[in-house]
Amino acid sequence: MSATRAALPPKEQLDEPGGRPVDRRGGSTLLRHLAVVLAAGLLLVAVSYSVEPFRNFQLATVAAYLCATAGLTVLTGLNGQLSLGHGALMATGAYTVALCQTAFADRGMTGGWLLPLSLGAAIVSTVAVGAVVGVAAARLRGPYLAGVTLAVAVVVPALAVTFDGVFNGEQGLSVPVEPPPLSLGPYFPYERWQLWVTGAATLLALLLLANLIRSRYGRTFRAVRDDEVAARLAGIHVARTQVLAFVVSAATAGLGGALLAVLAQSVSPGAFSLTLSLFLLMAVVIGGLGRLTGALWGAVLLVALPDLTHSVTEMLTLSPAVAQRLEGNLPLAIFGLTLIVVMIAAPGGVQGLLSRLGRALLARRPTRRS
Amino acid sequence: MDRFVFLTVDGLSRGAVYAAFALALVLIWRAARVVNFAQGAMAVAAAYVAYTVSTATGSYWLGFVVAIVAGLLLGALVDRVVMRHVDHASPLNPVIVALGLVLLIQAVLGMVYGSEFRPAEAPFSRSALTVGGVAVLSPYDLFVFATIGVVVSGLAWMFARTPVGLRMRAAAFAPEVSRLLGVNVGGMLTLGWALASGVGALAAMLVLPTELGLHPHAMDLVFVSAFTAAVVGGLDSPPGAVVGGLVVGLLLSYVSGYAGSDLTPLAVLVLLLAVLLVRPGGLFAPVAARRV
Repeated sequence: MSATRAALPPKEQLDEPGGRPVDRRGGSTLLRHLAVVLAAGLLLVAVSYSVEPFRNFQLATVAAYLCATAGLTVLTGLNGQLSLGHGALMATGAYTVALCQTAFADRGMTGGWLLPLSLGAAIVSTVAVGAVVGVAAARLRGPYLAGVTLAVAVVVPALAVTFDGVFNGEQGLSVPVEPPPLSLGPYFPYERWQLWVTGAATLLALLLLANLIRSRYGRTFRAVRDDEVAARLAGIHVARTQVLAFVVSAATAGLGGALLAVLAQSVSPGAFSLTLSLFLLMAVVIGGLGRLTGALWGAVLLVALPDLTHSVTEMLTLSPAVAQRLEGNLPLAIFGLTLIVVMIAAPGGVQGLLSRLGRALLARRPTRRS
Repeated sequence: MDRFVFLTVDGLSRGAVYAAFALALVLIWRAARVVNFAQGAMAVAAAYVAYTVSTATGSYWLGFVVAIVAGLLLGALVDRVVMRHVDHASPLNPVIVALGLVLLIQAVLGMVYGSEFRPAEAPFSRSALTVGGVAVLSPYDLFVFATIGVVVSGLAWMFARTPVGLRMRAAAFAPEVSRLLGVNVGGMLTLGWALASGVGALAAMLVLPTELGLHPHAMDLVFVSAFTAAVVGGLDSPPGAVVGGLVVGLLLSYVSGYAGSDLTPLAVLVLLLAVLLVRPGGLFAPVAARRV
């Protein structure tokens, strides 16, 4: 038995016994993913025109979280490595973007290509950090890995306070972001522009991840997760595969953190605490570990649940002190409770329930016909 | 030289607490093969109960006893209500559930007590006595050493010399055989969780007066330090946990004394990484055969 078996192997994604590949839809995987991404992009543009600015901002936040949760679900769900340090990796991306954008603004540089350049720099720096952690992680199993990544999650935000000359301590840095380009018209809402930018970046990241999952590398990820010894016998370099999975996951986490920083136009260590790392893990587990659609549900939950509890506490008439305590902590309590219940009662999460429901509906139809 | 002596004593006193906390982790790891990531949050919850009792009655010692009882009960509760029902086929599952417990417990504490720091009082003076002009020990340090010493030797005696300890060891190492021989394996597991959680609560009561105070997140860094201590000791070895705790305590004390307290979290991370990269199973771990 391998020590890195994933928590919930999504069986229906693996090849079925008998060697028949699950992918029965035919056609090119790349073309199918491109079509899905294009459709999602068009839908996003349509939605961005039809909802109010605040909802646009919320959707943009969902997109930024989705980047990180998608990367984490690939690492934990498909490669079987648990990371509690993704909040710290997001912080790396966020601080890199802040430093880059500030440097550009100080030199008076302007242009549409600066933001993609900063985001690219954020990905590169997170990849570097992720590679260091990943090399260590590849030697570690189970609780040891969880402990090291937990230490990373606790320590990295503290570094921002230690080296406050660069990172400005608890105050954090501001992220100067340019207004939307004038070619879109003088009254283009800023929130819609934010949604476009984060949506485009996230869809691109998701396209790459989806193709990676379906590729040879994705198969080696799953092989290493299911049985290390068997994978090694099949000629897979286990450690290299694990480091690769960690680096890919770190890159998307860095991009997600960078997008969050661009959205908030500021970064501070408080935003990237241990709680954020736990939230990300919770989101991918509740959404459905190992599935990109599960990562989407998780990201939606991360934005929607605090909003929901906020409106609930507003409806109840409470004293301001009690309301403040509830508002900060009720979402956390619900998250924690849901996480425990999902792990015990419904491994597979939201997406697992949905696909079970879908299969049940599909299975019923032929029996009716016969 | 004065400073060195002071830092050494301070580090040993801090290390004794880490040792107790690491010992709690090792207890659960040996009994259930679970690293209890919720240990810190559970200990803080017990400390909050003690705070409530102490402020209501004005007696520190009543609160102290209540904290340990609350820790014992919370540990049994967590095992019976949550951990028993988790699928242990993958080592990730109990870790994820424990993290869910962390979120839940800290949120509930935040809702009930708010997230401002509450003062955690010490029963004895924390100012050091001087011996020959050198500030050495405070009465509180003595209290910490004595308490931890009693707990560690008590646990060692219980596991080595009593029928209950024998049953607990048997249930952990060969559950099937022990069940056939009439050992209540489930009950021993619950007892293990209760004991570990009680020791954790005691460690929290001892460490909180030396930190900023009572806060839902007060034990986060202590947990990471204690985990490092347990890993240095090899997770499987109670004497290793005690040695590991003292080593981590000394290291943190020297780093914060000579290099600045901001660097202590970084020092913990570096130590943890260094130990795990050299010996992925911990320094005191026996050589493990690869399981195929």
